[in-house]
Amino acid sequence: MSAEQIVFQAPEIMIDRATHYCPGCHHGIAHRLVGEVLTEMGLVDDTLCVGSIGCSVFIYNYLNVDAVEAPHGRAPAVATGLKRARKDKFVFTYQGDGDLASIGMAEIVHAANRGERISVVFVNNTVYGMTGGQMAPTTLIGQKTTTCPGGRCADREGAPIRMSEIIGGLGGTAYCERASLDSVKNIRRAKKAIRKAFEVQQQGIGFGFVELLSGCPTNWRMDAVAANKRITEEMIPYFPLAVFKDVTAEGARECMPEADLSESAGKSAKEVK
Amino acid sequence: MSATQTKRIFIKGNEAIARGALAAGLTCYFGYPITPQNDIPEFLSTELPAVGGQFVQAESEVASANMLLGAAAGGARAMTTSSSPGISLMQEAISYLAGSDLPAVIVNINRGGPGLGDIGTSQGDYFQSTRGGGHGDYRTLVLAPGTCQEAYDMMIEAFDLAFKYRNPVLVLGDAIVGQMKEPVTPWVPETINNYGAEDWCLSGARGREKRLLKSLFLEEGALAGQNIRLQEKYTAMQAEARADVFACDDAELVVVAYGSIGRIVKSSIRRLRAEGHKVGLVRPLTLYPFPAAVLEDLARQGKKFLTIEHNCGQMVEDVRLSIRKYGDSDFHGHMPGNLPGSDDFTDPILARLGR
Repeated sequence: MSAEQIVFQAPEIMIDRATHYCPGCHHGIAHRLVGEVLTEMGLVDDTLCVGSIGCSVFIYNYLNVDAVEAPHGRAPAVATGLKRARKDKFVFTYQGDGDLASIGMAEIVHAANRGERISVVFVNNTVYGMTGGQMAPTTLIGQKTTTCPGGRCADREGAPIRMSEIIGGLGGTAYCERASLDSVKNIRRAKKAIRKAFEVQQQGIGFGFVELLSGCPTNWRMDAVAANKRITEEMIPYFPLAVFKDVTAEGARECMPEADLSESAGKSAKEVK
Repeated sequence: MSATQTKRIFIKGNEAIARGALAAGLTCYFGYPITPQNDIPEFLSTELPAVGGQFVQAESEVASANMLLGAAAGGARAMTTSSSPGISLMQEAISYLAGSDLPAVIVNINRGGPGLGDIGTSQGDYFQSTRGGGHGDYRTLVLAPGTCQEAYDMMIEAFDLAFKYRNPVLVLGDAIVGQMKEPVTPWVPETINNYGAEDWCLSGARGREKRLLKSLFLEEGALAGQNIRLQEKYTAMQAEARADVFACDDAELVVVAYGSIGRIVKSSIRRLRAEGHKVGLVRPLTLYPFPAAVLEDLARQGKKFLTIEHNCGQMVEDVRLSIRKYGDSDFHGHMPGNLPGSDDFTDPILARLGR
């Protein structure tokens, strides 16, 4: 009989605590992937997280990193200010679809367009989770929510917004990919997508964006297995998994070059107590 | 505060604000164009990067105030500036700054309202500035310059107070002080005190516990605890109350007016004094905390009061609260949308004097 060996454990950045997310929710997987990537990239001590609104506001309870809380939708603006103040740190936001694609549309578009050296993890589950299952900008046609009880109708509520397609078309975006958390295979791909979205910030190339198609079994009124099936069969056909922009692959630096002003900072600084 | 003074220069109040902020160690500026404060971002767009700082023209006032929140979390000396309708858009972020105990400086070059109003001068934002302005029980320190030199000086003071109390500080100017040109003697403080910001700001959790800057308190009793702490802070802030007290010793009537209107009223008072009328002026330099003790002391001496504002009656409520045990204050409001001169105030002052 051989002694027990630990062959797999949580990355050091993850805090050991009980989850507050519902059974079958994909935030846990998304948190874990972010944690793994930050750990593997050696960013544990240098990461600043910007939390947003909704169920995922508590990401700061699961990752052992410095964090600030942003108002609804404004995480990309908060991250812009934080990164400008702390240019040597890794800054990322973690936002849901209601936060990013509805009230926060202006902030995400302009942060990406400016080529802010920040990374955004966008969790798209086509519904408002924390507030109890209302319609999101990403709610699919025909999907029933508490505020479109008859099913979303394009004529009435507009068509679901495809964020990665929008972000991928902006000049400051360095990397933009849509991934999914519905299967082991897709989860592995999602991790690579997160890593690339993070690497472009580390390399100073530009804005990194990764969309993760996720489930909300509670508000979808289905079990976890059915939720995964829905992602596969209903979400992915409308939200195709693809790389929408990869400046590194093109070998070009399309985003705006930024004058490196950080070196001169401090020269004029007075004595600071 | 020891300081290095430099040669006197002839500049606009808006430029004095920008230069004062630079002297105060500004490193991050976020803003969005709106009249009549555009000279501030225009000046800083070249001058701040030149000293290694960050200048961002945001997509909106909403974004600029939230960029300010992010930079404040990073421990930076950060600022945004705007004018009335833009300040309204910033209120959510200002509430978050207050709720998260973060230092930031916000300049409002007050223009006329409500709504789009006009781009002329007004003091219509007094309530918004001194009552929190956004959601929740919070206060911001409010400084009110009446001259270009005060505008410069108060920027240095604003950053100091923001870090001292870990609280947003509002500098409430108006279109007069922003747009007029005056001689200003710039000065640079020899030391900048960040009051231990490195002990709470976000800088990466290397070798220490992680830090969390937030305004969400869901645990039973946690929000009450935070509000008690905030209220204790606002009580401590009362020590910062200041006013310019002019010719009040033998005055029968004390006029209370702030900012550029306070300065115009001072001209009226000088003229009336020359004619033998016993009138004085209290010009609050801080609007929150309000210099209530100064007014209460004068009220105890039995003096009459008249509050003059360039609005329909806002600060007069604070004046009345300050002197309520001993007397009351009349009010004269110069309607926003009209630019007053010192002549406009002599009759209302004489009427209150009873002559």
